[in-house]
Amino acid sequence: MTDIARRPLPGLEYMTTKKDELVGWARKFSLFPYPFVTACCGMEFMSVSTTLYDTDRFGAALPRFSPRQSDLLMVVGTVTHKQAPVLKKIYDQMCEPKWVIAFGVCASSGGFYQNYAAVPGIDKIIPVDIYIPGCPPRPEMVIDGIMRLQEKIAASKHPLV
Amino acid sequence: MTAGVFDALTERLAAEGRQPRLSHGILVVDVPREALLATVATLKSDFQFDMFLDVTAVDWPDREPRFDVVYHFYSTQHFARVRVKTQVGVTDPAVDSLTGLFGAARFMERECHEMYGIAFRGNDDLRPILLYEGFEGHPLRKDYPKTREQPLVPYRK
Repeated sequence: MTDIARRPLPGLEYMTTKKDELVGWARKFSLFPYPFVTACCGMEFMSVSTTLYDTDRFGAALPRFSPRQSDLLMVVGTVTHKQAPVLKKIYDQMCEPKWVIAFGVCASSGGFYQNYAAVPGIDKIIPVDIYIPGCPPRPEMVIDGIMRLQEKIAASKHPLV
Repeated sequence: MTAGVFDALTERLAAEGRQPRLSHGILVVDVPREALLATVATLKSDFQFDMFLDVTAVDWPDREPRFDVVYHFYSTQHFARVRVKTQVGVTDPAVDSLTGLFGAARFMERECHEMYGIAFRGNDDLRPILLYEGFEGHPLRKDYPKTREQPLVPYRK
């Protein structure tokens, strides 16, 4: 090993920051989404995940198909009353910290469904952090939603135990 | 090919007192519910209408009898379709099950049963198929309130 590798970088031997900012910075770039895809919005979700729009840029690339390994629940599409217990169970299985995105109007408010079958917005069942409207939303709107979630994560408190 | 089987079928049904009519290329037959099973059996055995496509119902809230029960059949020999309609009232909304003739009727009668409350005599399994256990009422009836919800998970706050 040469001398230059052992030498500390000039001017950056240490830096100070706040714990919440540091943890928030780390967490906002390591979102592991769980895609709960039920309907046509799923096509838009696929579009936003793949290379053209590339959610990898936001650290939200790797979908985990187990709620126990994920910290972002993306509810993509209409949720029916029959399906609501499944969604609730998946949310309960996720470890803290966890966030929820309601993707599209059906997940946000029920959309144009007002009938015996559809849940009028998943926030009747689980808490939601970000609502992305649209039927379906444009990929740009989804990216905007993810960035707003990142801002929210960065700005929130992160208690360590 | 279609015209041939329709002519023969019209002749046969006219002899039984029915008056089939053509609608959008489908032969439509109105039958009283007592004659439903026999008519469908004839369709299947003598005219090769061997595929059961669907059964559904139509709710006419101001009419008596209130419901139409509508069947569709297809013939893979003649490439022809037949619609069979029968009427039932709200006090006794029951028709004979077609499960003895078509196995496919089992599931479709379950759906028609939960959505419209039509009872299919002879179908021994009329549990909900699309709805969930415990759902009250029949949501596709016109008197089911549009805003009535029956959530399985209690709402927050």
